[in-house]
Amino acid sequence: MNIIAKWYYRLGAPNWFYPLAGKLIPWVALIFLALLLPGLYLGLVSAPADYQQGESFRIMYVHVPAAWLSMFVYAAMAVAAVVALVWRVRMAEIMIISSAPIGASFAFIALVTGSLWGKPMWGAWWVWDARLTSELILFFIYLGIFALYNAIEDKQTAGKAMSILTLVGVINLPIIHYSVVWWNTLHQAATVSKFDTPSIHIDMLIPLLLMAAAFQFLYLLLLLMKMRANLLEQDLASGWVKKVVFERNKKLGRR
Amino acid sequence: MRGFLYLIKRDLILAYRRRGEFSNSLVFFGLVVLLFPIGIGASEKLLSEVAPGLIWIAALLATMLSLDNLFKEDFQDGTLEQWALSKHSLVSFAWARLFSHWVITALPLIVVAPLFAVSLSLPADAIWVLVLSLLLGTPLLIFIGGIGVALTTGLKKSSLLLPLLVLPFYIPVLIFGASAVEVTAAGWSASGQLYVLGALFVLGISLAPFAVAAALKVSVSQ
Repeated sequence: MNIIAKWYYRLGAPNWFYPLAGKLIPWVALIFLALLLPGLYLGLVSAPADYQQGESFRIMYVHVPAAWLSMFVYAAMAVAAVVALVWRVRMAEIMIISSAPIGASFAFIALVTGSLWGKPMWGAWWVWDARLTSELILFFIYLGIFALYNAIEDKQTAGKAMSILTLVGVINLPIIHYSVVWWNTLHQAATVSKFDTPSIHIDMLIPLLLMAAAFQFLYLLLLLMKMRANLLEQDLASGWVKKVVFERNKKLGRR
Repeated sequence: MRGFLYLIKRDLILAYRRRGEFSNSLVFFGLVVLLFPIGIGASEKLLSEVAPGLIWIAALLATMLSLDNLFKEDFQDGTLEQWALSKHSLVSFAWARLFSHWVITALPLIVVAPLFAVSLSLPADAIWVLVLSLLLGTPLLIFIGGIGVALTTGLKKSSLLLPLLVLPFYIPVLIFGASAVEVTAAGWSASGQLYVLGALFVLGISLAPFAVAAALKVSVSQ
């Protein structure tokens, strides 16, 4: 068997994935902390105050990574949806349904911190501007995917239906994004992705990138934990869950 | 192709024999429009300002609520299953079903929309753009909504799930549809908005049936 086929079968096997994820979780948590702590220190303490926005710009170190991640999570879900529909990998469906609440949370954090940032800067908690509106729509799309999966009782059907919806969302996301951009706009333009002349100071950029990387690992961490929980819940009656519970009890000295 | 035409014919005959049922969405459309002057005040200036968005939202809600029985009957009496088993493709089934649904529910609505527009004192030249934007937009609403319906067909209780799934995807249609009318009422050209709406129209009616067919296949197989 070649190596890809081997991985394919293994990734589809919960009894292989579950302990592996369990072993990875502490390491991912460690990397997350190793990125988060210097990121927070550099961002909240040592970075210079902004010449226009003063100290309040520091909320950016939570706001921007959360907003990036809210989009990244959807992209990851879309890739998993293709895998789920084409190769019928059940683990990919578990990955989508575990990601949806995480992505929704990131979108929610981005919306709340953006609102907190907007009040002192724009003088309003909420403006119907392109970025805010499309982020809000993304939040609702996450909720829709989650709601659809939970509404269908047969989890095999639910997984397929949810994968189709996720893919449809991918086609629609750029359409929604550009439609609200053309609709009206106020949000500040991109400042980091312009690589030729970054309009953000390097002392502000480094903590931002650290925080973005930290959030990336936070997602991975939450995803692994959530996938494990979802697998246990769905396979409650199967042999491998019984084995896991048995071994855990043995380790804890119970019977 | 014969199966396709047969399907459209069947749907139209069925709808004709149960006219009362399908006039419901038209009545609903009228009622929603009626609610606005009562809710926000009947000042002519205010109404003519909000009329484009108002008519579009009313049309959107009426279309969405009419979607509920799009596949339900065919699913319950086994027609859908037979079609899935037959040599005909589910994509053409989906296309025919969505198209005839548009003829049955959205077309009457477009015909009466100018009347409501006049009652809300929308300028006369904006009314033509309203009709045109609805002609391009309502098929999109039905084709996109069809995906949501196909995904939730077979569920016992799905009353609030469908709007949750479908409404976020309706937003671009609403934006360009309403803004085309608004811009014309303000005296500018709406060709930009109409072109975008046209592009979305082509994209929607060519891609959505594939998603609908895939979703129906999932619903049938359970």
